[in-house]
Amino acid sequence: MRYPITIISILLTHSALAQTPRDFLTRFEQEAGKSASAARGAQFFKARHGNDWSCSTCHGERPVQTGKHASTQKPIMPLAPSANAERFTDAAKVDKWFRRNCNDVVGRVCNAQEKADVLAWLLTQTS
Amino acid sequence: MCWHGCSLKHRKGTDMRIKLTITLAMAILSATPAQADDKWRAPSSPEYRDECGSCHIAFPPQMLDAASWRALMDGLNKHFGSDASVDDKRRLAIADFLQQNAARRSTQNAKGKPLLRISETAHFVKEHREIDAATWRRPSIKTAANCGACHKQAAAGDFGEHSIAIPR
Repeated sequence: MRYPITIISILLTHSALAQTPRDFLTRFEQEAGKSASAARGAQFFKARHGNDWSCSTCHGERPVQTGKHASTQKPIMPLAPSANAERFTDAAKVDKWFRRNCNDVVGRVCNAQEKADVLAWLLTQTS
Repeated sequence: MCWHGCSLKHRKGTDMRIKLTITLAMAILSATPAQADDKWRAPSSPEYRDECGSCHIAFPPQMLDAASWRALMDGLNKHFGSDASVDDKRRLAIADFLQQNAARRSTQNAKGKPLLRISETAHFVKEHREIDAATWRRPSIKTAANCGACHKQAAAGDFGEHSIAIPR
């Protein structure tokens, strides 16, 4: 009789931890204190910010498609959640990649508004 | 083999022969390069595979020596022009894995500084001496970090001749 309890508790824990891309959008909007703009996100994603790379250098202008790492050439699975269900579901990964990649592209951490805008735009992208 | 029912003397002789065989085998193994067939094997490390393997293949840890890996792990926030920093827990796990499985032969430069690029190590340079600059520049290859462009089984640690196909 222990198994059903174990299974139920695993399911409950899991669903409490699992996050959706919409959850992240809400979080970033709350942190920014403003609603997101997909149009601004698109511009931010495709523009260079004083360094060699833009977000789209590696993720592509159409992030429903597979990208390519600018220095190693390794394929990068699509960033848009519609094309890749794993994206924006794990807080540790989301925070880690924003930290690293914003450092590379913008030369600093991105603020909550920038993250909200980019994610809002990514959520409009469908193949 | 002599498990039971034989004299102690015989058993000792057999044991000695086994010991001698093992010692000889170990001597031969350590004398020849560990990657004689260009298959690089290491126990897997989930942290290494996930963190390092997300931007390039998880290069076999035997491709650099312990000093090179230490120097590389000390500069992850500026890793060949990219921020590749990881949290402390994972960084320590990866550093430990790399130290345990590092190359035994040195990967220092002529001045005694640890090399950070695998493509600058003596072994790499020797193995790629027939590849000219124009081939490296092909859009299908572009960089020495792109092992998989030519080594079709690179991700599995197999760099053998039979799995090479140089793209046009």
